[in-house]
Amino acid sequence: MQKPLDLLQGTLDMLILKAVSLGPLHGYGILLRIQQVSKERLEIQQGSLYPALYRLEHQGWITSEWGASENNRKAKYYHLTAAGKRRLQAETESWNRMADVIAGILSTRPEEV
Amino acid sequence: MRLWSCLRSWLQAVLRRSRMESEMDAELHFHMEAYAEDLVRSGVPHQEAMRRAKLEFGGAERVKEECREARGVRFLETLFQDIRYGLRALRKSPGFTFVAVLTLAVGIGANSAIFSVINGVLLKPLPYPHPEELIDLHLTAPGVNFPDADPAPFLYFTYREQGRSFQSVGLYRWNTQSVTGLTEPEEVQCLNVTAEVLPILGVQPALGRSFSEKDAAPGSPQTAILTYGWWQARFGGDPSVIGRQIMANGISHQVIGVMPASFHFLDRDAAFLLPLQFDRSKEFLGGFDYPGIARLKPGVTIEQASADVARMIPIALHNFPPQPGLTVKEFEDVRLAPKSRYLSQLLIGDIGKTLWVLMGTIGIVLLIACANVANLMLVRAEGRQRELALRAALGASWFDIARALLMESIALALLGGALGLALASAAVRVLISMASSHLPRLNEISIDPAVILFTFGAALVTGVLFGMIPVIKYAGPRIAHELRGGGRASSHSRERHRARSVLVVAQVALALVLLVGSGLMIRTFQQLRRVDPGFDPRDVLTLRIAIPETQVRDATAVIRLEQGIVEKIRAIPGVASVGLATVIPTERAAHDLIYARDKSYAQGVPPLRLFKFVSPGLLATMGNRLIAGREFTWTDTYERRPVAMVSENLARELWQDPSRAPGKQIREDLKGPWREVIGVVNDVRDNGVQEKAPAAAYFPLLMNEFEGDTVAVRRSVSYIVRSKRAQSESLLADVRQAVWSMNPNLPLANVRTLQEIYDRSLARTSFTLVILAIAGAMALLIGLVGIYGVISYAVSQRRREIGTRMALGAQQSDVMRLVLSEGMLVILIGLGVGFGASLASTRILSSLLFGVTATDPLTFAGVIALVALVALAACWIPARRAVRVDPVIALRYE
Repeated sequence: MQKPLDLLQGTLDMLILKAVSLGPLHGYGILLRIQQVSKERLEIQQGSLYPALYRLEHQGWITSEWGASENNRKAKYYHLTAAGKRRLQAETESWNRMADVIAGILSTRPEEV
Repeated sequence: MRLWSCLRSWLQAVLRRSRMESEMDAELHFHMEAYAEDLVRSGVPHQEAMRRAKLEFGGAERVKEECREARGVRFLETLFQDIRYGLRALRKSPGFTFVAVLTLAVGIGANSAIFSVINGVLLKPLPYPHPEELIDLHLTAPGVNFPDADPAPFLYFTYREQGRSFQSVGLYRWNTQSVTGLTEPEEVQCLNVTAEVLPILGVQPALGRSFSEKDAAPGSPQTAILTYGWWQARFGGDPSVIGRQIMANGISHQVIGVMPASFHFLDRDAAFLLPLQFDRSKEFLGGFDYPGIARLKPGVTIEQASADVARMIPIALHNFPPQPGLTVKEFEDVRLAPKSRYLSQLLIGDIGKTLWVLMGTIGIVLLIACANVANLMLVRAEGRQRELALRAALGASWFDIARALLMESIALALLGGALGLALASAAVRVLISMASSHLPRLNEISIDPAVILFTFGAALVTGVLFGMIPVIKYAGPRIAHELRGGGRASSHSRERHRARSVLVVAQVALALVLLVGSGLMIRTFQQLRRVDPGFDPRDVLTLRIAIPETQVRDATAVIRLEQGIVEKIRAIPGVASVGLATVIPTERAAHDLIYARDKSYAQGVPPLRLFKFVSPGLLATMGNRLIAGREFTWTDTYERRPVAMVSENLARELWQDPSRAPGKQIREDLKGPWREVIGVVNDVRDNGVQEKAPAAAYFPLLMNEFEGDTVAVRRSVSYIVRSKRAQSESLLADVRQAVWSMNPNLPLANVRTLQEIYDRSLARTSFTLVILAIAGAMALLIGLVGIYGVISYAVSQRRREIGTRMALGAQQSDVMRLVLSEGMLVILIGLGVGFGASLASTRILSSLLFGVTATDPLTFAGVIALVALVALAACWIPARRAVRVDPVIALRYE
């Protein structure tokens, strides 16, 4: 099995927004969803999730409310706000552009220069 | 939108801190438990699962800290932490804390007290709706050398009919009324108003109705509105008083209303309000006896209103007939002009400047206190140098340390502020009782939210001010270097002492400024006491009795009754003499023109003079002196002889030499008979000791053909009683008995001693003097403690050096000189700076001074000597202690 990748600086926020955009989740659920969707190929320091969540909520991109978890315990659920949705869109676009550019550069062969 | 969500989450974080904390705990806890459960499900033993869950989560505390930071509350958190830490540090050194907090509390409290006076008197708006639209319609008459004149009914009608800038105009007048038929006859203050005055003020009676146009129409039945206080006192607050009749000056008035308890007008209490009834068809030019009030139309400035009045004055002069004996030309020569001002200015007068001077003074005291506390903080910070350096070495940024130090100062200052507020509320009560006679709007002075805000604002500024000094000194970027120095060795350096020396220089300089100020006030007070007021205020009782026409109609009978009362009072044991006068010093008095027969008045009217109507024997009773001629006799009075007396300055002005005045002739208008000047009276400072004596004319109480009246009699006169028992209640009881034996319906009003009146005219000076003296004494005391503290600290730091010197053979006198010279150098610099600052700043005081210049050399020399002496004493004690250092002990101490 391949060694999991460390998260690129600044991408955690985007992943959280994406995870939450698929449906309201609690913090642990967000972690699981990212791992599940990435097929366990990303390594996320569990604790680092929370400052990011607080930051996103502070900025108004997600909101939270208390609800019951699957096994009926109190958990804090996050969901995307309208502003968060726009933000996710913008970030996705800029990430894709960036990825294209980087991929283009990296795939350059000597004769193309 | 985003800003709002940030703000909301920040506010939640700040205001509901504990809730946020517990939620954060619950959330992280849930995460770890859920993970552990998943691990258990995949076969990990329970204990191991919990351990791994915690481990893989990472440091929970650090995560929480980062969460708080993400919400932008970390700064506040550390701030609270710093304050808590600061308070704990202060608790650990109670002695230092006690001295510092007390010093600050006195400084801040004194400022709050003065500020609450300024707030109540100057800053608060008048308690009427839109007070900025209310103006006082004052006039000036430069043509007769009369700077302050009130409007007259003929102007009131003109303003009402032709005014463009007023919503409404009204006249009012204060007078006294004798009320009979309730209990004892009572002489009360009464406010007469035209129907517009209450609507202009925006005040409605609490009970009943306001005055209508009809109430103010001539010939209408008389009505009255009671004030709340008098209604409570005389009618026990009985609402059925509406509709009842009260007898005032022998005329029956129907009560139509009661004013609310909150109603105050220009700081004077009245028992009731009566409507002024003017008959437009009978008004003439003259009668400038009614203060006027107006409400401006919205947006109209006071300048526009003045221009409007200036436009209307000539119109008015041609719309009404002149007063009998005068011509329109003469009224034009008076050159009436508007002198409008805001109602608040009329009420506040010129006390503003005095109050700001006092505020500045007390502010300086706070600065001196600040310097002291800063000194204490410096000493403290020096002792903690190694601790601070250690914290820096362990990773605290210099900003963190600076903030911690500053928070300690601010915590100290806020404690001082809280205690200061308590001191201020006590001080305000003292201030009010001290200043009750001459401070306007006393009932508005209180510790209100504005004062509380001011107090804590002042505390905060103070804290930052004295907190910055140790911060700059010890928490600078170089802080880590100190760890090597080991603290004590470096504290000997001169550089170390410089900050404290600068503070001492500032303290000495500021104390000098304050003391020079109070010195000048003391000299002013001395000069005022030395002024001859022209009368002898000791052992004189005065009271006023008015004889209404309803009691005695005939003019001669009035004089007979007045003379009868005089004789009765003189018969009381212990009474030396009794006299009557229409006006006593500092009372508002009538002014009119004086024409001399041997002068020409072709080029215009003469200036207005003070008119006094007096009885025989008055001059001796008041302690006035007759410069030339003789005074009136009762025969002059009863026979209505055309005689008069003049004041010395008037005699000099008209005829150069007072001795030439007797035999000259004067009159008060162009038609009246000439009156022979029979005497010259010395100048009397009737407008207060600080003011020049006005030129005055004296007339008998009963005359023919005076100011247009066929018979002129003075019904309301002051009885002036010279007696060794003037201060005693028993004399007053005897006088009352004497009066009522002549006529039981005559009330006694305005009972005062001449001494009270005299003292009151000095009251503002003595008030300023006392505050300045307190400020000066505080400054001196705080400064003394400051100098003493710095010098004795310096000595204690140099014990070893001094011990070494003495071990090597230095004499006690050498050591003494060493310590003293260092202290005196600082003090001399302080005196020099203070001297310059005093020269520059005492000019502010000059309007409060009398008979002494703002740069009075005697005061300056005296104060400098005093401060130098006190400072020397403050150095002397530590110097003595230095001399007593036992070299052996000092060296072993190491």
